[in-house]
Amino acid sequence: MRYMIILRVTAQPATPPPADLMEAIAKLGEEATRSGALLDTAGLAPSSEGARVTLTGGALSITDGPFAEAKELISYALFEVRSKEEAVEWTSRFLKVHRDHWKGWEGEADMLRVFGPEDFTAPA
Amino acid sequence: MTGGDPHRTVEAVWRIESARVIAGLARLVHDVGLAEELAQDALVAALEQWPRDGVPDNPGAWLMLTAKHRAIDLIRRNARYADKLAEIGRDLELRQESAEAELDDALADHIGDDLLRLLFTACHPVLRPEGRAALTLRLLGGLTTQEIARAFLVPDPTVGQRIFRAKRTLADKRVRIELPPPDELPARLASVLEVIYLIFNEGYSATAGDDWMRPSLCEEALRLGRVLAGLMPDEAEVHGLVALMEIQASRIRARTGPGGEPVLLLDQDRSLWDRLLVRRGLEALAHAEALGTLGPYGLQAAIAACHARAATAEDTDWERMAALYRLLAHVAPSPVVELNRAVAVSMAYGPARGLEIVEALLEERALSNYPQLPAVRGDLLERLGRLDEAREEFRRAAQLTRNEREQTLFLARSEQ
Repeated sequence: MRYMIILRVTAQPATPPPADLMEAIAKLGEEATRSGALLDTAGLAPSSEGARVTLTGGALSITDGPFAEAKELISYALFEVRSKEEAVEWTSRFLKVHRDHWKGWEGEADMLRVFGPEDFTAPA
Repeated sequence: MTGGDPHRTVEAVWRIESARVIAGLARLVHDVGLAEELAQDALVAALEQWPRDGVPDNPGAWLMLTAKHRAIDLIRRNARYADKLAEIGRDLELRQESAEAELDDALADHIGDDLLRLLFTACHPVLRPEGRAALTLRLLGGLTTQEIARAFLVPDPTVGQRIFRAKRTLADKRVRIELPPPDELPARLASVLEVIYLIFNEGYSATAGDDWMRPSLCEEALRLGRVLAGLMPDEAEVHGLVALMEIQASRIRARTGPGGEPVLLLDQDRSLWDRLLVRRGLEALAHAEALGTLGPYGLQAAIAACHARAATAEDTDWERMAALYRLLAHVAPSPVVELNRAVAVSMAYGPARGLEIVEALLEERALSNYPQLPAVRGDLLERLGRLDEAREEFRRAAQLTRNEREQTLFLARSEQ
Protein backbone atom coordinates (compact mmCIF):
# COMPACT_ATOMS: atom_id res chain seq x y z
CA MET A 1 0.00 0.00 0.00
CA ARG A 2 1.11 3.52 -0.73
CA TYR A 3 1.28 6.52 1.53
CA MET A 4 1.76 10.12 0.51
CA ILE A 5 3.51 12.00 3.28
CA ILE A 6 3.41 15.77 3.33
CA LEU A 7 5.75 17.52 5.72
CA ARG A 8 5.06 20.97 7.18
CA VAL A 9 7.21 23.18 9.31
CA THR A 10 5.52 24.82 12.30
CA ALA A 11 8.52 26.44 14.01
CA GLN A 12 11.85 27.15 12.44
CA PRO A 13 15.06 28.43 14.08
CA ALA A 14 16.66 31.53 12.59
CA THR A 15 19.80 29.55 11.78
CA PRO A 16 20.05 27.80 8.42
CA PRO A 17 19.66 24.00 8.38
CA PRO A 18 22.96 22.49 9.56
CA ALA A 19 25.02 20.38 7.18
CA ASP A 20 24.63 17.43 9.59
CA LEU A 21 20.90 17.51 9.07
CA MET A 22 21.16 17.54 5.29
CA GLU A 23 23.57 14.62 5.47
CA ALA A 24 21.29 12.67 7.81
CA ILE A 25 18.27 13.33 5.56
CA ALA A 26 20.20 12.13 2.51
CA LYS A 27 21.32 9.01 4.36
CA LEU A 28 17.80 8.22 5.52
CA GLY A 29 16.46 8.78 2.01
CA GLU A 30 19.05 6.43 0.58
CA GLU A 31 18.21 3.82 3.19
CA ALA A 32 14.50 4.07 2.44
CA THR A 33 15.15 3.84 -1.30
CA ARG A 34 17.40 0.82 -0.86
CA SER A 35 14.74 -0.85 1.26
CA GLY A 36 12.43 -0.51 -1.72
CA ALA A 37 10.02 1.60 0.34
CA LEU A 38 10.60 5.13 -0.95
CA LEU A 39 9.19 5.59 -4.44
CA ASP A 40 9.46 9.31 -4.88
CA THR A 41 10.34 12.38 -2.87
CA ALA A 42 11.12 16.03 -3.43
CA GLY A 43 11.41 19.27 -1.54
CA LEU A 44 8.80 21.95 -2.09
CA ALA A 45 9.74 25.57 -2.72
CA PRO A 46 8.10 28.25 -0.51
CA SER A 47 4.49 28.99 -1.40
CA SER A 48 5.53 32.47 -2.57
CA GLU A 49 6.61 30.69 -5.76
CA GLY A 50 3.26 28.93 -6.13
CA ALA A 51 -0.31 29.89 -6.83
CA ARG A 52 -3.77 28.76 -5.85
CA VAL A 53 -6.63 28.27 -8.27
CA THR A 54 -10.08 28.42 -6.66
CA LEU A 55 -13.56 27.64 -7.93
CA THR A 56 -16.29 29.45 -5.98
CA GLY A 57 -19.85 30.05 -7.14
CA GLY A 58 -18.93 29.11 -10.69
CA ALA A 59 -16.08 31.61 -10.87
CA LEU A 60 -12.40 30.74 -11.14
CA SER A 61 -9.90 32.86 -9.29
CA ILE A 62 -6.15 32.66 -9.23
CA THR A 63 -4.16 33.82 -6.22
CA ASP A 64 -0.41 34.02 -6.23
CA GLY A 65 1.45 32.76 -3.16
CA PRO A 66 2.50 33.14 -0.43
CA PHE A 67 -0.60 31.75 1.22
CA ALA A 68 -1.82 33.04 4.54
CA GLU A 69 -1.08 29.85 6.53
CA ALA A 70 1.79 30.06 8.99
CA LYS A 71 2.76 26.48 8.13
CA GLU A 72 4.77 25.96 4.98
CA LEU A 73 4.81 22.64 3.20
CA ILE A 74 8.43 21.62 2.85
CA SER A 75 8.48 18.27 1.15
CA TYR A 76 6.51 15.27 0.07
CA ALA A 77 7.41 11.61 -0.06
CA LEU A 78 5.66 8.64 -1.59
CA PHE A 79 6.20 5.34 0.21
CA GLU A 80 5.20 1.80 -0.68
CA VAL A 81 4.91 -0.19 2.51
CA ARG A 82 3.18 -3.24 3.95
CA SER A 83 1.33 -1.53 6.75
CA LYS A 84 0.38 1.91 8.00
CA GLU A 85 2.72 1.40 10.95
CA GLU A 86 5.64 0.98 8.57
CA ALA A 87 4.88 4.34 6.99
CA VAL A 88 4.58 5.83 10.48
CA GLU A 89 8.02 4.41 11.31
CA TRP A 90 9.70 5.95 8.25
CA THR A 91 7.97 9.28 8.89
CA SER A 92 9.00 9.20 12.56
CA ARG A 93 12.59 8.59 11.53
CA PHE A 94 12.42 11.63 9.30
CA LEU A 95 11.18 13.84 12.12
CA LYS A 96 13.69 12.36 14.58
CA VAL A 97 16.52 13.33 12.25
CA HIS A 98 15.29 16.93 12.50
CA ARG A 99 15.03 16.68 16.28
CA ASP A 100 18.57 15.35 16.55
CA HIS A 101 20.25 17.80 14.17
CA TRP A 102 18.32 21.07 14.22
CA LYS A 103 17.40 22.31 17.67
CA GLY A 104 14.21 24.32 17.83
CA TRP A 105 12.76 23.00 14.58
CA GLU A 106 9.18 21.79 14.84
CA GLY A 107 6.97 20.29 12.24
CA GLU A 108 4.24 17.87 11.39
CA ALA A 109 3.64 15.28 8.71
CA ASP A 110 0.32 14.24 7.25
CA MET A 111 0.22 10.66 6.06
CA LEU A 112 -2.44 9.89 3.49
CA ARG A 113 -3.00 6.45 2.02
CA VAL A 114 -3.08 6.54 -1.76
CA PHE A 115 -5.67 4.26 -3.37
CA GLY A 116 -4.08 1.27 -5.05
CA PRO A 117 -5.13 -1.85 -6.93
CA GLU A 118 -6.68 -3.25 -3.74
CA ASP A 119 -9.29 -0.48 -3.87
CA PHE A 120 -10.28 -1.20 -7.47
CA THR A 121 -10.29 -4.96 -7.71
CA ALA A 122 -13.75 -6.43 -7.45
CA PRO A 123 -13.85 -9.43 -5.11
CA ALA A 124 -13.90 -12.58 -7.25
CA MET B 1 5.33 6.95 20.88
CA THR B 2 1.64 7.81 21.02
CA GLY B 3 -1.15 6.37 18.96
CA GLY B 4 -1.25 3.02 17.25
CA ASP B 5 -1.00 -0.47 18.59
CA PRO B 6 2.48 -1.00 20.06
CA HIS B 7 2.59 -4.59 18.82
CA ARG B 8 1.87 -3.46 15.30
CA THR B 9 4.61 -0.86 15.65
CA VAL B 10 7.10 -3.57 16.64
CA GLU B 11 5.94 -5.68 13.69
CA ALA B 12 6.44 -2.74 11.32
CA VAL B 13 9.95 -2.14 12.60
CA TRP B 14 10.60 -5.85 12.27
CA ARG B 15 9.52 -5.80 8.62
CA ILE B 16 11.89 -2.91 7.94
CA GLU B 17 14.86 -4.27 9.87
CA SER B 18 14.63 -8.08 9.99
CA ALA B 19 16.48 -8.84 6.75
CA ARG B 20 19.46 -6.73 7.75
CA VAL B 21 19.52 -8.17 11.26
CA ILE B 22 19.35 -11.77 9.99
CA ALA B 23 21.95 -10.99 7.32
CA GLY B 24 24.34 -9.49 9.88
CA LEU B 25 23.87 -12.41 12.25
CA ALA B 26 24.38 -14.94 9.47
CA ARG B 27 27.80 -13.39 8.85
CA LEU B 28 28.67 -13.94 12.52
CA VAL B 29 27.29 -17.43 13.10
CA HIS B 30 27.62 -18.86 9.56
CA ASP B 31 24.22 -20.49 9.71
CA VAL B 32 21.05 -19.04 8.22
CA GLY B 33 18.73 -21.09 10.43
CA LEU B 34 20.52 -20.15 13.62
CA ALA B 35 20.68 -16.49 12.53
CA GLU B 36 16.93 -16.47 11.99
CA GLU B 37 16.24 -18.09 15.37
CA LEU B 38 18.41 -15.53 17.12
CA ALA B 39 16.69 -12.69 15.30
CA GLN B 40 13.29 -14.14 16.26
CA ASP B 41 14.43 -14.23 19.89
CA ALA B 42 15.36 -10.57 19.61
CA LEU B 43 11.91 -9.87 18.16
CA VAL B 44 10.28 -11.56 21.16
CA ALA B 45 12.39 -9.41 23.46
CA ALA B 46 11.32 -6.32 21.52
CA LEU B 47 7.66 -7.31 21.82
CA GLU B 48 8.14 -7.52 25.58
CA GLN B 49 10.17 -4.35 26.06
CA TRP B 50 9.22 -1.78 23.43
CA PRO B 51 5.55 -1.43 24.33
CA ARG B 52 6.73 -0.70 27.89
CA ASP B 53 9.89 1.37 27.27
CA GLY B 54 9.18 2.81 23.84
CA VAL B 55 10.80 2.00 20.49
CA PRO B 56 14.54 2.71 20.67
CA ASP B 57 15.96 5.40 18.42
CA ASN B 58 17.89 2.88 16.38
CA PRO B 59 15.69 -0.21 16.48
CA GLY B 60 17.79 -2.14 13.96
CA ALA B 61 20.91 -1.76 16.09
CA TRP B 62 18.91 -2.71 19.20
CA LEU B 63 17.65 -5.92 17.58
CA MET B 64 21.14 -6.74 16.33
CA LEU B 65 22.78 -6.18 19.71
CA THR B 66 20.13 -8.20 21.54
CA ALA B 67 20.51 -11.06 19.08
CA LYS B 68 24.30 -10.93 19.36
CA HIS B 69 24.08 -11.22 23.14
CA ARG B 70 21.81 -14.22 22.74
CA ALA B 71 24.25 -15.75 20.29
CA ILE B 72 27.06 -15.42 22.78
CA ASP B 73 24.87 -16.83 25.60
CA LEU B 74 23.86 -19.73 23.43
CA ILE B 75 27.38 -20.56 22.41
CA ARG B 76 28.51 -20.43 26.01
CA ARG B 77 25.68 -22.41 27.48
CA ASN B 78 24.83 -24.96 24.91
CA ALA B 79 27.15 -27.85 24.20
CA ARG B 80 25.30 -28.42 20.96
CA TYR B 81 26.95 -25.32 19.62
CA ALA B 82 30.47 -26.33 20.61
CA ASP B 83 31.03 -27.58 17.08
CA LYS B 84 29.75 -24.33 15.70
CA LEU B 85 32.09 -22.40 17.95
CA ALA B 86 35.01 -24.55 16.83
CA GLU B 87 34.04 -23.92 13.26
CA ILE B 88 33.90 -20.18 13.80
CA GLY B 89 37.28 -20.39 15.55
CA ARG B 90 38.80 -22.27 12.62
CA ASP B 91 37.37 -19.68 10.31
CA LEU B 92 38.91 -16.87 12.28
CA GLU B 93 42.30 -18.58 12.11
CA LEU B 94 41.97 -18.95 8.37
CA ARG B 95 41.04 -15.32 8.16
CA GLN B 96 44.27 -14.25 9.84
CA GLU B 97 46.00 -15.20 6.63
CA SER B 98 43.96 -12.73 4.67
CA ALA B 99 44.13 -10.05 7.33
CA GLU B 100 44.62 -7.24 4.90
CA ALA B 101 41.62 -8.09 2.81
CA GLU B 102 39.65 -8.59 6.00
CA LEU B 103 40.56 -5.11 7.17
CA ASP B 104 39.34 -3.58 3.93
CA ASP B 105 36.20 -5.61 4.31
CA ALA B 106 35.66 -4.41 7.86
CA LEU B 107 35.99 -0.80 6.79
CA ALA B 108 33.42 -1.18 4.04
CA ASP B 109 29.74 -0.83 4.71
CA HIS B 110 28.71 -4.36 5.53
CA ILE B 111 24.98 -4.12 5.30
CA GLY B 112 24.72 -4.35 1.53
CA ASP B 113 27.07 -7.30 1.28
CA ASP B 114 25.36 -9.08 4.16
CA LEU B 115 21.99 -8.77 2.46
CA LEU B 116 23.37 -9.98 -0.86
CA ARG B 117 25.00 -12.99 0.80
CA LEU B 118 21.74 -13.83 2.50
CA LEU B 119 19.78 -13.50 -0.75
CA PHE B 120 22.23 -15.68 -2.68
CA THR B 121 22.11 -18.27 0.11
CA ALA B 122 18.29 -18.32 0.30
CA CYS B 123 18.16 -18.74 -3.50
CA HIS B 124 20.93 -21.35 -3.63
CA PRO B 125 20.49 -23.89 -6.45
CA VAL B 126 20.82 -26.83 -4.00
CA LEU B 127 17.32 -25.87 -2.81
CA ARG B 128 14.09 -26.60 -4.64
CA PRO B 129 12.41 -23.57 -6.21
CA GLU B 130 9.48 -23.58 -3.75
CA GLY B 131 11.94 -23.86 -0.86
CA ARG B 132 13.96 -20.95 -2.25
CA ALA B 133 10.85 -18.79 -2.59
CA ALA B 134 9.60 -19.56 0.92
CA LEU B 135 13.00 -19.02 2.50
CA THR B 136 13.50 -15.75 0.61
CA LEU B 137 10.12 -14.42 1.72
CA ARG B 138 10.87 -15.45 5.28
CA LEU B 139 14.45 -14.18 5.55
CA LEU B 140 14.38 -11.18 3.21
CA GLY B 141 10.70 -10.25 3.40
CA GLY B 142 10.08 -10.86 7.09
CA LEU B 143 6.87 -12.75 6.28
CA THR B 144 5.47 -15.26 8.74
CA THR B 145 4.85 -18.89 7.84
CA GLN B 146 1.11 -18.18 7.83
CA GLU B 147 1.49 -15.27 5.44
CA ILE B 148 3.62 -17.30 3.03
CA ALA B 149 1.13 -20.17 3.20
CA ARG B 150 -1.75 -17.85 2.33
CA ALA B 151 0.24 -16.37 -0.50
CA PHE B 152 0.97 -19.73 -2.11
CA LEU B 153 -2.44 -21.25 -1.25
CA VAL B 154 -0.91 -24.16 0.67
CA PRO B 155 -1.42 -25.26 4.28
CA ASP B 156 0.76 -23.65 6.98
CA PRO B 157 2.60 -26.90 7.86
CA THR B 158 3.65 -27.31 4.22
CA VAL B 159 5.41 -23.96 4.27
CA GLY B 160 6.88 -24.73 7.69
CA GLN B 161 8.28 -27.96 6.26
CA ARG B 162 9.65 -26.24 3.15
CA ILE B 163 11.49 -23.67 5.24
CA PHE B 164 12.72 -26.28 7.71
CA ARG B 165 13.98 -28.53 4.91
CA ALA B 166 15.62 -25.66 3.07
CA LYS B 167 17.51 -24.59 6.18
CA ARG B 168 18.55 -28.17 6.90
CA THR B 169 19.73 -28.69 3.33
CA LEU B 170 21.86 -25.55 3.54
CA ALA B 171 23.39 -26.83 6.78
CA ASP B 172 23.81 -30.45 5.58
CA LYS B 173 25.44 -29.42 2.33
CA ARG B 174 27.59 -26.97 4.24
CA VAL B 175 26.61 -24.15 1.94
CA ARG B 176 28.75 -21.17 2.83
CA ILE B 177 27.06 -17.82 3.29
CA GLU B 178 29.12 -15.90 0.81
CA LEU B 179 28.94 -14.14 -2.50
CA PRO B 180 29.31 -16.54 -5.42
CA PRO B 181 32.76 -16.55 -7.05
CA PRO B 182 32.83 -14.64 -10.37
CA ASP B 183 32.64 -17.77 -12.52
CA GLU B 184 29.46 -18.89 -10.74
CA LEU B 185 27.87 -15.45 -10.52
CA PRO B 186 25.79 -15.51 -13.73
CA ALA B 187 24.14 -18.85 -12.88
CA ARG B 188 23.61 -17.94 -9.22
CA LEU B 189 22.21 -14.52 -10.11
CA ALA B 190 19.85 -16.19 -12.58
CA SER B 191 18.56 -18.32 -9.70
CA VAL B 192 17.94 -15.22 -7.57
CA LEU B 193 16.12 -13.45 -10.41
CA GLU B 194 14.06 -16.58 -11.06
CA VAL B 195 12.90 -16.71 -7.45
CA ILE B 196 11.93 -13.02 -7.40
CA TYR B 197 10.00 -13.39 -10.67
CA LEU B 198 8.34 -16.56 -9.38
CA ILE B 199 7.12 -14.63 -6.34
CA PHE B 200 5.91 -11.81 -8.57
CA ASN B 201 4.00 -14.14 -10.90
CA GLU B 202 2.42 -15.98 -8.02
CA GLY B 203 0.88 -12.67 -7.04
CA TYR B 204 0.28 -11.37 -10.55
CA SER B 205 -1.69 -14.39 -11.73
CA ALA B 206 -3.87 -14.00 -8.65
CA THR B 207 -4.57 -10.28 -8.83
CA ALA B 208 -8.19 -10.97 -9.66
CA GLY B 209 -8.65 -12.87 -6.41
CA ASP B 210 -10.14 -11.42 -3.27
CA ASP B 211 -7.29 -12.44 -1.01
CA TRP B 212 -5.08 -9.41 -0.34
CA MET B 213 -2.06 -11.51 0.45
CA ARG B 214 -1.56 -12.82 -3.05
CA PRO B 215 -1.60 -9.51 -4.92
CA SER B 216 0.71 -8.11 -2.26
CA LEU B 217 3.25 -10.74 -3.35
CA CYS B 218 3.75 -8.50 -6.40
CA GLU B 219 4.71 -5.66 -4.09
CA GLU B 220 7.01 -7.96 -2.14
CA ALA B 221 8.75 -9.13 -5.34
CA LEU B 222 9.04 -5.54 -6.55
CA ARG B 223 10.56 -4.55 -3.23
CA LEU B 224 13.08 -7.41 -3.42
CA GLY B 225 13.91 -6.42 -7.00
CA ARG B 226 14.44 -2.79 -6.05
CA VAL B 227 16.64 -3.84 -3.13
CA LEU B 228 18.68 -6.08 -5.43
CA ALA B 229 19.03 -3.28 -8.01
CA GLY B 230 20.44 -1.08 -5.25
CA LEU B 231 22.90 -3.79 -4.23
CA MET B 232 23.99 -4.79 -7.74
CA PRO B 233 23.63 -1.59 -9.75
CA ASP B 234 25.87 -2.79 -12.60
CA GLU B 235 23.92 -5.93 -13.53
CA ALA B 236 21.75 -5.23 -16.58
CA GLU B 237 19.43 -8.17 -15.99
CA VAL B 238 18.60 -7.03 -12.46
CA HIS B 239 17.36 -3.72 -13.86
CA GLY B 240 15.69 -5.65 -16.68
CA LEU B 241 13.71 -7.74 -14.20
CA VAL B 242 12.79 -4.68 -12.14
CA ALA B 243 11.64 -2.91 -15.33
CA LEU B 244 9.55 -5.91 -16.33
CA MET B 245 7.87 -6.17 -12.93
CA GLU B 246 7.24 -2.40 -12.63
CA ILE B 247 5.59 -2.27 -16.05
CA GLN B 248 3.52 -5.40 -15.51
CA ALA B 249 2.45 -4.21 -12.07
CA SER B 250 1.39 -0.86 -13.56
CA ARG B 251 -1.48 -2.69 -15.31
CA ILE B 252 -2.95 -4.43 -12.26
CA ARG B 253 -5.85 -2.00 -11.88
CA ALA B 254 -6.83 -2.37 -15.54
CA ARG B 255 -6.59 -6.16 -15.79
CA THR B 256 -9.92 -6.91 -14.18
CA GLY B 257 -13.34 -5.66 -15.18
CA PRO B 258 -16.11 -4.60 -12.79
CA GLY B 259 -17.42 -8.18 -12.62
CA GLY B 260 -13.98 -9.64 -11.89
CA GLU B 261 -13.55 -10.79 -15.49
CA PRO B 262 -10.08 -10.61 -17.04
CA VAL B 263 -9.52 -7.73 -19.46
CA LEU B 264 -7.00 -8.45 -22.23
CA LEU B 265 -4.11 -6.05 -22.60
CA LEU B 266 -5.29 -4.46 -25.84
CA ASP B 267 -8.78 -3.90 -24.38
CA GLN B 268 -7.55 -2.33 -21.14
CA ASP B 269 -8.45 1.21 -20.13
CA ARG B 270 -4.97 2.71 -20.26
CA SER B 271 -5.96 5.58 -18.01
CA LEU B 272 -6.04 2.99 -15.20
CA TRP B 273 -2.39 2.08 -15.74
CA ASP B 274 -0.26 3.28 -12.87
CA ARG B 275 1.86 6.03 -14.39
CA LEU B 276 4.38 6.15 -11.59
CA LEU B 277 5.15 2.46 -12.10
CA VAL B 278 5.29 2.90 -15.87
CA ARG B 279 7.76 5.73 -15.42
CA ARG B 280 9.86 3.72 -12.98
CA GLY B 281 9.76 0.73 -15.33
CA LEU B 282 10.90 2.75 -18.34
CA GLU B 283 13.70 4.29 -16.24
CA ALA B 284 14.86 0.85 -15.09
CA LEU B 285 14.77 -0.36 -18.71
CA ALA B 286 16.88 2.61 -19.84
CA HIS B 287 19.29 1.71 -17.07
CA ALA B 288 19.49 -1.90 -18.27
CA GLU B 289 20.00 -0.78 -21.88
CA ALA B 290 22.78 1.60 -20.86
CA LEU B 291 24.64 -1.30 -19.21
CA GLY B 292 24.87 -3.40 -22.36
CA THR B 293 23.04 -6.11 -24.20
CA LEU B 294 19.60 -6.98 -22.86
CA GLY B 295 19.06 -10.48 -21.51
CA PRO B 296 15.76 -12.40 -21.34
CA TYR B 297 14.24 -10.19 -18.61
CA GLY B 298 15.43 -6.98 -20.23
CA LEU B 299 13.97 -8.05 -23.57
CA GLN B 300 10.65 -8.95 -21.99
CA ALA B 301 10.69 -5.54 -20.32
CA ALA B 302 11.44 -3.88 -23.67
CA ILE B 303 8.45 -5.72 -25.14
CA ALA B 304 6.23 -4.67 -22.24
CA ALA B 305 7.51 -1.11 -22.76
CA CYS B 306 6.16 -1.12 -26.34
CA HIS B 307 2.69 -1.36 -24.83
CA ALA B 308 3.48 1.06 -22.01
CA ARG B 309 4.71 3.76 -24.40
CA ALA B 310 1.62 3.59 -26.62
CA ALA B 311 -1.12 6.02 -25.61
CA THR B 312 -3.70 3.81 -27.35
CA ALA B 313 -3.62 0.18 -28.48
CA GLU B 314 -3.50 1.39 -32.11
CA ASP B 315 -0.31 3.35 -31.42
CA THR B 316 1.62 0.21 -30.45
CA ASP B 317 4.93 -0.17 -32.25
CA TRP B 318 4.31 -3.76 -33.43
CA GLU B 319 7.31 -3.87 -35.74
CA ARG B 320 9.65 -3.08 -32.89
CA MET B 321 7.86 -5.64 -30.76
CA ALA B 322 8.17 -8.33 -33.43
CA ALA B 323 11.90 -7.58 -33.67
CA LEU B 324 12.28 -7.80 -29.89
CA TYR B 325 10.45 -11.15 -29.84
CA ARG B 326 12.88 -12.39 -32.47
CA LEU B 327 15.77 -11.50 -30.17
CA LEU B 328 14.01 -13.07 -27.20
CA ALA B 329 13.36 -16.26 -29.16
CA HIS B 330 17.08 -16.30 -29.89
CA VAL B 331 18.39 -15.82 -26.31
CA ALA B 332 15.60 -17.71 -24.53
CA PRO B 333 13.90 -19.98 -27.06
CA SER B 334 10.54 -21.41 -26.03
CA PRO B 335 7.34 -22.35 -27.85
CA VAL B 336 5.38 -19.82 -25.77
CA VAL B 337 7.73 -17.01 -26.82
CA GLU B 338 7.33 -18.16 -30.42
CA LEU B 339 3.54 -18.06 -30.08
CA ASN B 340 3.69 -14.53 -28.70
CA ARG B 341 6.03 -13.60 -31.54
CA ALA B 342 3.38 -14.86 -33.97
CA VAL B 343 0.87 -12.41 -32.48
CA ALA B 344 3.29 -9.47 -32.72
CA VAL B 345 4.24 -10.42 -36.31
CA SER B 346 0.56 -10.68 -37.27
CA MET B 347 -0.08 -7.20 -35.89
CA ALA B 348 2.96 -5.76 -37.67
CA TYR B 349 2.81 -7.62 -40.99
CA GLY B 350 -0.66 -9.17 -41.22
CA PRO B 351 -2.37 -12.40 -40.07
CA ALA B 352 -0.91 -14.58 -42.81
CA ARG B 353 2.66 -14.01 -41.63
CA GLY B 354 1.62 -14.73 -38.05
CA LEU B 355 -0.21 -17.90 -39.09
CA GLU B 356 2.97 -19.27 -40.70
CA ILE B 357 4.70 -19.13 -37.32
CA VAL B 358 1.71 -20.69 -35.54
CA GLU B 359 1.47 -23.54 -38.07
CA ALA B 360 5.10 -24.40 -37.36
CA LEU B 361 4.17 -24.81 -33.68
CA LEU B 362 1.32 -27.28 -34.19
CA GLU B 363 3.61 -30.29 -33.79
CA GLU B 364 5.16 -28.83 -30.63
CA ARG B 365 4.42 -31.29 -27.83
CA ALA B 366 4.91 -28.71 -25.10
CA LEU B 367 1.93 -26.80 -26.52
CA SER B 368 -0.35 -29.78 -27.21
CA ASN B 369 -2.64 -28.89 -24.30
CA TYR B 370 -1.99 -25.15 -24.28
CA PRO B 371 -5.30 -23.32 -24.87
CA GLN B 372 -3.60 -20.16 -26.15
CA LEU B 373 -2.33 -22.00 -29.24
CA PRO B 374 -5.78 -22.72 -30.73
CA ALA B 375 -6.99 -19.34 -29.41
CA VAL B 376 -4.29 -17.44 -31.31
CA ARG B 377 -4.72 -19.63 -34.35
CA GLY B 378 -8.50 -19.06 -34.22
CA ASP B 379 -7.97 -15.32 -34.03
CA LEU B 380 -5.64 -15.31 -37.04
CA LEU B 381 -7.97 -17.56 -39.09
CA GLU B 382 -10.87 -15.26 -38.25
CA ARG B 383 -8.90 -12.24 -39.42
CA LEU B 384 -8.17 -14.12 -42.65
CA GLY B 385 -11.90 -14.78 -43.13
CA ARG B 386 -11.57 -18.56 -42.60
CA LEU B 387 -14.49 -18.48 -40.14
CA ASP B 388 -15.41 -22.20 -39.93
CA GLU B 389 -11.85 -23.16 -39.09
CA ALA B 390 -11.66 -20.28 -36.58
CA ARG B 391 -14.80 -21.50 -34.74
CA GLU B 392 -13.30 -24.98 -34.51
CA GLU B 393 -10.12 -23.55 -32.95
CA PHE B 394 -12.03 -21.51 -30.36
CA ARG B 395 -14.05 -24.62 -29.39
CA ARG B 396 -10.78 -26.46 -28.90
CA ALA B 397 -9.36 -23.60 -26.81
CA ALA B 398 -12.50 -23.66 -24.63
CA GLN B 399 -12.05 -27.40 -24.07
CA LEU B 400 -8.44 -27.01 -23.03
CA THR B 401 -8.66 -24.10 -20.62
CA ARG B 402 -9.27 -24.69 -16.95
CA ASN B 403 -10.08 -21.06 -16.31
CA GLU B 404 -13.86 -20.64 -16.26
CA ARG B 405 -13.88 -17.01 -17.36
CA GLU B 406 -11.52 -17.73 -20.21
CA GLN B 407 -13.74 -20.61 -21.26
CA THR B 408 -16.76 -18.30 -21.45
CA LEU B 409 -14.72 -15.94 -23.61
CA PHE B 410 -13.60 -18.69 -26.03
CA LEU B 411 -17.09 -20.22 -26.27
CA ALA B 412 -18.54 -16.81 -27.10
CA ARG B 413 -16.03 -16.40 -29.91
CA SER B 414 -16.70 -19.92 -31.23
CA GLU B 415 -20.35 -18.98 -31.64
CA GLN B 416 -19.76 -15.73 -33.50
